[in-house]
Amino acid sequence: MPVSINHYIALSTVMFFIGVLGVIVRRNPLVMLMSIELMFNAANLLLIAFARLWLQNVGQIFAFLVITVAAAEAAIGLAIIVTTFRPARYVDVDDVRSLHG
Amino acid sequence: MSAFWVLAVIIIASAVWTISASKPVYSVVALLLNFGALAVLYVTLSAEFLGVIQIIVYSGAILILFVFVIALLSSGVAPFATGPDRLPRIWLPGGIFVLASLIFLVYTVSSAPLNPARPSGPVGTANVFGSVGDFGKALFTVQLLPFEVVALILMVAVIGVITLGGELMRDLPASRQETKADRAMREAILREGTD
Repeated sequence: MPVSINHYIALSTVMFFIGVLGVIVRRNPLVMLMSIELMFNAANLLLIAFARLWLQNVGQIFAFLVITVAAAEAAIGLAIIVTTFRPARYVDVDDVRSLHG
Repeated sequence: MSAFWVLAVIIIASAVWTISASKPVYSVVALLLNFGALAVLYVTLSAEFLGVIQIIVYSGAILILFVFVIALLSSGVAPFATGPDRLPRIWLPGGIFVLASLIFLVYTVSSAPLNPARPSGPVGTANVFGSVGDFGKALFTVQLLPFEVVALILMVAVIGVITLGGELMRDLPASRQETKADRAMREAILREGTD
């Protein structure tokens, strides 16, 4: 069974929805952030697969942009997590009340 | 051809392991496996520069950042690890998402392929599609604007992290006294050792 673009679409979809499930199900903010990284990578895989299909560089360059955004998002997200959860000795996103008015 | 199936199994299994692991460190290990398999898949898609970047940036920088934060947060007294215990309350939207994913999966695989992948030049040669030279030439000539935007995003991220870390540092002086005593004791112990 030869591998076509559809298989890459399917793999990317499964990976993206695993990431969505992780964000929905888990309460640990670190694992939620890792699930967001999974979704970033699913999008990247699709971009690179289509760049290979049409032999266009633009997809790879956009994937490069996505990797950079993911790195910035991880740095800022982890800084927010540390700032929020370091004084409190628990890690549960349902218990955060500091943004309530 | 068969590399895709092996890598797909590794990617999906490690992604499931990432969101189902009971401890965040296990999630990081699973994510490392996932990113490694993805990097290999990128190389098979003749995106060799992005495969290397995937290993350097994701496996090297982002995951180490996760490990540092886990070590920083789990030094508290309360149990840090919480399992996927939101599942009983959320099974309906989760089930809908899984069902939608499966329907889309069956649809994409069963429909006819858009276009079979055409072969490009050998991997590692300059001036073929996806090589480092090709990518760099495109990045610095035609696609210069995304490159500048990347620089701006990274600067904003650095400023944001410094701002957030500065807020964290402001809480420190309350406990500065005992750390000073600790340091004095440590230096005394060191002096004793060298004498």
